[in-house]
Amino acid sequence: MKIGFYPGCSLTGSSREYKESILAISEKAGIELVEISDWNCCGATAAHNLNKELSVSLPARNLALAESDGIEELVVPCAACYNRLVMTQHELNEDEKLKSQIAEKLQMPLKNKLKILNVLQYLEEYFVPRLDELIKKPFEEEVACYYGCLLVRPNQVIKADRWEDPMSMDVIMQKLGAKPIDWAFKTECCGAGFSMSKTEIVGELSGKIVRNAVNQGAKAIVVACPMCHSNLDMRRPAINSYLKTKIEVPVMYITQAIALAMGMSEKEAGLQRHFVPVSFSVNC
Amino acid sequence: MSEFEPKIVAFVCNWCTYAGADLTGTSRIKYAQNVKIIRFPCTGRIDFMLLLKAFAEGADGIIVSGCHPNDCHYTSGNFHARRRWITFRSLLDFLGIDVRRIQFSWVSAAEGAKWAEIANTTVNNIRELGPYTDYAKVAVHLKKEAKV
Amino acid sequence: MSRIGVFICHCGENISATVDVVKVAEEAGKHEGVAYSTDYKYMCSEPGQTIIKQMIKEKGLTGVVVAACSPRMHEPTFRKACSEAGLNPYMCEMANLREHCSWVHDKSDATTKKAIDLVRMLVEKVKFNKPLYPIKVPVTKTALVIGGGIAGIQASLDIANSGHKVVLIEKDPSIGGHMSQLSETFPTLDCSQCILTPRMVEVAQHPNITLMTYSELEKLDGFIGNFKATIRKKAKSIDEKLCTGCGLCTTKCPTKKIPSEFNAGLGFRTAIYVPFPQAVPNKPVIDKENCRYYQQGKCKVCEKVCPTGAIRFNQEDELIEIEVGAVVVATGFNVMEPSEFPEYGYGKYKDVITGLQFERLASASGPTLGEIRRPSDGKIPKKIVFIACAGSRDPAKGIPYCSKICCMYTAKHAMLYQHKVHDGKSYIFYMDIRAGGKNYEEFTRRAIVEDEVNYIRGRVSKVYEENGKLIVKGVDTLLNARPVEIEADMVVLASAAVANPGSEELAQRMHISYDAYNFFSEAHPKLKPVETNTAGIFLAGACQAPKDIPETVSQASGAAAKVAILFSQDELSREPVVAVVNRSAPPVYSTCVGCFMCATACPYQAIGEELITDRKGNVIKKVAKVNPGLCQGCGTCVAFCRSKSIDIQGYSNEQMYTEVMALLNDE
Repeated sequence: MKIGFYPGCSLTGSSREYKESILAISEKAGIELVEISDWNCCGATAAHNLNKELSVSLPARNLALAESDGIEELVVPCAACYNRLVMTQHELNEDEKLKSQIAEKLQMPLKNKLKILNVLQYLEEYFVPRLDELIKKPFEEEVACYYGCLLVRPNQVIKADRWEDPMSMDVIMQKLGAKPIDWAFKTECCGAGFSMSKTEIVGELSGKIVRNAVNQGAKAIVVACPMCHSNLDMRRPAINSYLKTKIEVPVMYITQAIALAMGMSEKEAGLQRHFVPVSFSVNC
Repeated sequence: MSEFEPKIVAFVCNWCTYAGADLTGTSRIKYAQNVKIIRFPCTGRIDFMLLLKAFAEGADGIIVSGCHPNDCHYTSGNFHARRRWITFRSLLDFLGIDVRRIQFSWVSAAEGAKWAEIANTTVNNIRELGPYTDYAKVAVHLKKEAKV
Repeated sequence: MSRIGVFICHCGENISATVDVVKVAEEAGKHEGVAYSTDYKYMCSEPGQTIIKQMIKEKGLTGVVVAACSPRMHEPTFRKACSEAGLNPYMCEMANLREHCSWVHDKSDATTKKAIDLVRMLVEKVKFNKPLYPIKVPVTKTALVIGGGIAGIQASLDIANSGHKVVLIEKDPSIGGHMSQLSETFPTLDCSQCILTPRMVEVAQHPNITLMTYSELEKLDGFIGNFKATIRKKAKSIDEKLCTGCGLCTTKCPTKKIPSEFNAGLGFRTAIYVPFPQAVPNKPVIDKENCRYYQQGKCKVCEKVCPTGAIRFNQEDELIEIEVGAVVVATGFNVMEPSEFPEYGYGKYKDVITGLQFERLASASGPTLGEIRRPSDGKIPKKIVFIACAGSRDPAKGIPYCSKICCMYTAKHAMLYQHKVHDGKSYIFYMDIRAGGKNYEEFTRRAIVEDEVNYIRGRVSKVYEENGKLIVKGVDTLLNARPVEIEADMVVLASAAVANPGSEELAQRMHISYDAYNFFSEAHPKLKPVETNTAGIFLAGACQAPKDIPETVSQASGAAAKVAILFSQDELSREPVVAVVNRSAPPVYSTCVGCFMCATACPYQAIGEELITDRKGNVIKKVAKVNPGLCQGCGTCVAFCRSKSIDIQGYSNEQMYTEVMALLNDE
């Protein structure tokens, strides 16, 4: 089975392990993720703050490329990329005039009917029904499922389940054998782009998230967004200095948890690439 | 040569647009004399055969106007009118009648100025389109044929 | 041959200043079928009307066209004048020369020509007018009131005191509604039950009121003055005549842990129960869903202890048919299910409660006897947070509207809390304080100034538990605009007021309309606030939109007055502008083919079936029939009819086609 794949910049850089793990689990499940040829930047958070046309054209080009590759379903693991692609698809479908303008600008046809999946939707559709067969070692950990903002907002377009208190990741983790904890910071802001400019803000915001997760008994925080991951993991020193304590709870991608449960090694899952050491070898 | 003065018949409902046009009067807002109003209880009552009759009798343009959606005095008459208009429009188009000659609008009892504006724009639009004789000719021809 | 009189009005100079009225009269006089035409300075004045009356008699006029102002202004005036001269009033029409001509055009030949065209149009129409007679319908002088909350109670008492019979039905075992659950009422802080219970007793004792509790409307047929209501009287499993209300059964019932509806789930009741001590009627019912005997076949303890032998396990629901002339719908509202707020933790944390639950905590008859104690451990909360607009004004929760009562009751709650817990601290997160109403603003100011309630303008994003405290995360949008966190012992959600479950079906059963939120729609938002668009059905209270007690009571009295007006007549007289299905001689009988497209188009369910039979009673044809009592005269059916068999009096096909033709044939 072949499904389209849009990695985006993070997955080729700071969150290589996210790409490695999603490709690894897909391969093992017999799914080939085919990268869109000649893909470009999704526009990230910068474009739509500066130039509306650019912010729509950039994702639109990726959508058009996917169409010309004959792709019908597209997996977008990065939450930010997913958000931009879905928002663009929505905006163009709402505005026929804009759609034809953009198609003209791109000089590519654009039907705009692609099915875009984030990582949770991808897992729900292609892994959850086959978990019994795929899982070798249940991931029996107490985990905090952290969704962040971009997977669930804006609700009018994304239509996430209970966007103030989403459950879809919790459900998947539970099916892996994990015990998702009940906590309050599932969709709180991690500090996002302040990671670069004002690290202390990330320290405070992410610190509150990590603290609540640990207080509620989480042994790991599971994420589905490269930005969330880097703030909770790479910015741990800032978090620790805000909390005035050393917190060691690891942060991992949901795809890595699945990789472990499917019997892959920590290296295959890319766990060695994290700043906060992850090791579940005792339990798994 | 004097300017072409189109004949425009306005089919309006008693409760909103007729009252709105009354307000145009009480507010002394002027509009072209070309527009003449026929009063119906509700836009739901406006059988579209009446519009064809108007064209057959020499109307150059038609306005159909009633209460805004959800404001119908009879709850849903204007929804029926709207649905009928959607169907009728494509049928007219198919028949070769220029749908630009029919202006469909909502004018509430509080929109006196809007009524004047719609009346004037319709007159201008129809003036640009010129006299409408095609349908009247067909009607006259059919009448003659029927007599033969 | 028609003999039509045309009367052109100058309206002082309002018409004559821009229209050449003399010429209009002159042109009209030349028109075929016009027997007389004239112009006069003020047609609507006494002398003007006299001219019309004289000419009707002198010239034997068969129809009249008055060309003056808008018919919406003076049509009744001129029709009355015609009728006084012996002409059927519906033979009189008006041409609108003022609002639609003289006032909107400058003086010119074109303006005069338009006036001539308009007069010609109406003259041609009148030729096809037919004498019409007002429709008479009898009135059954009994009112049905649905819902026994304060709205239904007030409406019932007012109608009953005006001398008419009332049947009041209530779905619960007792009347009283939400008002009986309230602790104190704003802005006076008088006890809700103290002012309500005397009214409840009055209802039960009133000779004109038949009270049916534990009963629901099953079906409503008919039309204004002549409704037929079917009421389902649910089995109470007791013989009400024998029961003395001693209450022994309720103390002995072994099933004791059923969440009490009256206490909003904060206390328990038994399976055979009286909802609250002051209930009217004060006789128990058995809740079959929770009764040990009905569920498991064994128990019957209540039967054993009942001193009068009033328990009836084999009792069944009864369907009762009654005839009523008017209906007052007073079914009230509900509070939004707070499970819609996972972010506020309702259901997850015991100490996050709704405003209605707080009412029960603060009520002297409540589970804590009026002490503010939190549900989890019974401790007195020292820090309490109220969240206003929990759901209201939040399109994301599907409720863009304001629930209207929450600003006031939240202020009241905080006040009651401060009065009862002197060392406590209370906070209210709010969007705006909407305190429009007599003494309302003063009341909220008192909460802020005297009782030192902390108002924080901003919304709450999250409530979560940490170290035994409820952390309320919100924002203060004033001054520094900073995020705030409060460690609270208890959180009260002012959850939105929503329509009762099942109100959609109830509306459909009664053929009244409802809005996007399932609140019932009034006939006109300003001028007909208690009427529905179905004649004879009126609205009272929060079933129409969220409202407080004074507003509810006023509306209920308004609805009662409407019913009394209706009942002041023995017969109803209605405008004969209604649809009729044509009838003709055999073998056609009617051109109606019985497709009933008209019935699907009718917004009033006014079109039914009629069977045409021969002398032996064999059905020859099934045709549509319009009920003139229900028809409101919109004419949508006329445009729908494919065989042109249905027509509307006053706006008939003949009349409308003639108008179109006359307007355009100006040669």
